[in-house]
Amino acid sequence: MNATVARTDYRRSKIHPKKFALLVACASMMMMFAAFTSAYIVRQAAGNWLEFRMPDLFYFSTGVILLSSLSLHSSYLAFKRGNTRVYRLLLSATLVLGLAFVVLQYQGWQALADIGVELTTNPSGSFVYVISGVHAAHVLGGIAALILAMLHAFLLHHRVTPARKLRFELTLIYWHFVDFLWVYLLLFFTLQ
Amino acid sequence: MANVETKPVIHEEDLLIEEYGYDDHFHEHHHGDKYQSNFITTYIFSQDHKMIAKQFLITGMFWAIIGAAMSLVFRLQLGFPEENMAWIKPLLGKWITVNEAGVGSLAPEFYYALVTMHGTILVFFVLTAGLSGTFSNLLIPLQVGARDMASPFLNMLSYWFFFLSGTIMFLSLFLNTGPFAGGWTAYPPLSALPQASSGSGAGMTMWLVSLVFFVVSVLLGGINYITTVLNLRTKGMTMWRMPLTIWAFFVTAILGLLSFPVLVSAFLLVMFDRGLGTSFFLSEIFIGGQALDHVGGSPVLYQHLFWFLGHPEVYIIILPAMGLVSEVLSVHSRKPIFGYKAMVYSILAIGFLSFIVWAHHMFMSGVNPFISNFFVIFTLIIAVPSAVKVFNWIATLYGGNIRFTAASLFAIGFVSMFISGGLTGIFLGNSAIDIQLHDTYFVVAHFHIVMGVAAFFGMFAGIYNWYPKMFSRFMNETLGKIHFWGTIIGAYAVFWPMHYLGMAGVPRRYYRFDSFAAFGQFDAMNQFITIAAIVTFGFQILFVINFFYSIWKGKKMTTRNPWGATTLEWTTPINPGHGNWPGKLPTVQRWAYDYGKDGKEFIPQIQPLGKDEKEGH
Repeated sequence: MNATVARTDYRRSKIHPKKFALLVACASMMMMFAAFTSAYIVRQAAGNWLEFRMPDLFYFSTGVILLSSLSLHSSYLAFKRGNTRVYRLLLSATLVLGLAFVVLQYQGWQALADIGVELTTNPSGSFVYVISGVHAAHVLGGIAALILAMLHAFLLHHRVTPARKLRFELTLIYWHFVDFLWVYLLLFFTLQ
Repeated sequence: MANVETKPVIHEEDLLIEEYGYDDHFHEHHHGDKYQSNFITTYIFSQDHKMIAKQFLITGMFWAIIGAAMSLVFRLQLGFPEENMAWIKPLLGKWITVNEAGVGSLAPEFYYALVTMHGTILVFFVLTAGLSGTFSNLLIPLQVGARDMASPFLNMLSYWFFFLSGTIMFLSLFLNTGPFAGGWTAYPPLSALPQASSGSGAGMTMWLVSLVFFVVSVLLGGINYITTVLNLRTKGMTMWRMPLTIWAFFVTAILGLLSFPVLVSAFLLVMFDRGLGTSFFLSEIFIGGQALDHVGGSPVLYQHLFWFLGHPEVYIIILPAMGLVSEVLSVHSRKPIFGYKAMVYSILAIGFLSFIVWAHHMFMSGVNPFISNFFVIFTLIIAVPSAVKVFNWIATLYGGNIRFTAASLFAIGFVSMFISGGLTGIFLGNSAIDIQLHDTYFVVAHFHIVMGVAAFFGMFAGIYNWYPKMFSRFMNETLGKIHFWGTIIGAYAVFWPMHYLGMAGVPRRYYRFDSFAAFGQFDAMNQFITIAAIVTFGFQILFVINFFYSIWKGKKMTTRNPWGATTLEWTTPINPGHGNWPGKLPTVQRWAYDYGKDGKEFIPQIQPLGKDEKEGH
């Protein structure tokens, strides 16, 4: 982005500063969800807590986002190998799966409302809505990054330059992060 | 004079950097700086960390003046509740009510708004953004030997999110219903029920939005600071060669990054309670004779989330000040900092402990007394690394060849304030004594001295010391010394008496005390505090005048290293451009505190070790 940032070729650390910055940002986002889930535990211990089973749709959406991570990673490998067709195909698949995840989450919320757990019914349900909602917002950020990656994939010639590789890796790290985050959240909701 | 030939001045630093420096091919891809080519990209949307530092500093000063002026208004109310305040009506408008006799008085709800805004502004805008934003930006790239931050663009965004946040907060001051008035901690239900008080409606909404943007600013800044320190140090700059300033900014950024997101979660839950009818923090409440729908929320849960940020926040404020003071004390006493590694380990210990003491703000909120024990112990343990630091500062001064400049006076004043305020922290950290002292003026005295005034002293020490690096000119030393003596005497005059008020049980945040016969005896003391506050404020105006006058008219900097310091920022040209060093990047050959070694007054970090010379530590 800026020519004045020192080049890093002599440095011992192998990791690119921007990649490292993204990891730091992920740690920060993780803290936000750690706060949500620990608030959940504290509130649950105080009683007046409605128990309910998570609708199956949330498990389907988990499968979808796991699959999307897999396809994005394969797309990245294809990008590095120079296999343009597979790279573009799997990247598009990831975007479709990502959008499908958000739609499934939305249907999951509707299923929650159908079993009588609305946003304001009880804090146990409110937490699920808020936490999965904030997570979905983070997924939408990832989808924006995927759309950008699609533009690069389809409008530019397929060349594996350090800058493009880095850009792809940043998208990949973030997408894996929101995927991992959702798996953590679902396990948390299921086991709590 | 006319015949004097001007020889090109050869700087020793340049020769050293040329010989040992690292060539990062800065010039080859630096054909004019397209990011700094016109007025807007140089002064407004700048991506140069030095300019962003100045932006943070001047915006912070603007907020400091507003926040301090607010405190004067409510101090007038506390010291002179009977006096006629009609004269201030042109400024405060309807918040001054004038009765038939023509006597004006401050509206009670506005008093609470002033207290709330004073706290919010000083804690977040001045002592977080103004202090850590300024000096992390200025010093991290310069002292670790980097061209700029890891991402200059995010760095610029960091400032502009802060600016946006400040703008929203500023506009909320002009709301018809007034700004938020439920205290800077924004506890529910005052913050979660729009109908709870006049400031809880639009005022609270704007407060929340403003602070969410503020957190974005802190996070963007923090990500950059951490990445720059870990990834962009120049060759030879190992972690153990970093100046203590960098250690302090580094740990501060980590604290902010881990604690501010928790505050955002709390704010999001408050927003849901406010707007969408959830009951995270709202229990069964009657308001205005009406029962609300909310069931079973826990206001204490908000306090946990808030103070999980709130306690690290006080270290986010004080650690940068500690780092600046360590550096200034060492430079101006011409001695290596005493116990460098102990200083680093204390910073790390304080940073770690700051995360496990938050509930000491909640001893009286109904938390389990057994849990309180845990928090008491860890709170008192913080005294250990704090005492290590104080001991080391005093040991650094001891036997030093001290130059009493404005910067070093403020650094010494910091140590004084930190001791005074730290000692009362030991009282308050004890959950039994806290039963008497909580929410009294004792608490107000404690935190103002230890993190308000002390952090300001650290900031002033930093400003006087690094002003030449920022503006290539000096501030006026005499005015600086007058500023120091006025401030230290004034600050003690304001806050020392508050301990006595607090021990007698005078509660904080009260509008007036005339219905409590027991507190009538303190009228004179309250008047004294108010007068002292006004006088102290006057000395800060002197500082502001000195600051802005010196930008254009101050004594020019003629040498690169006016204080004889060892660190890298003083090897840059007097007026460094974007990229900091015109040619190669300096490499670091030794630690940052070689003062008075081998008969030399100081040895810069770029000077290679001599034959048989051992690196000092």
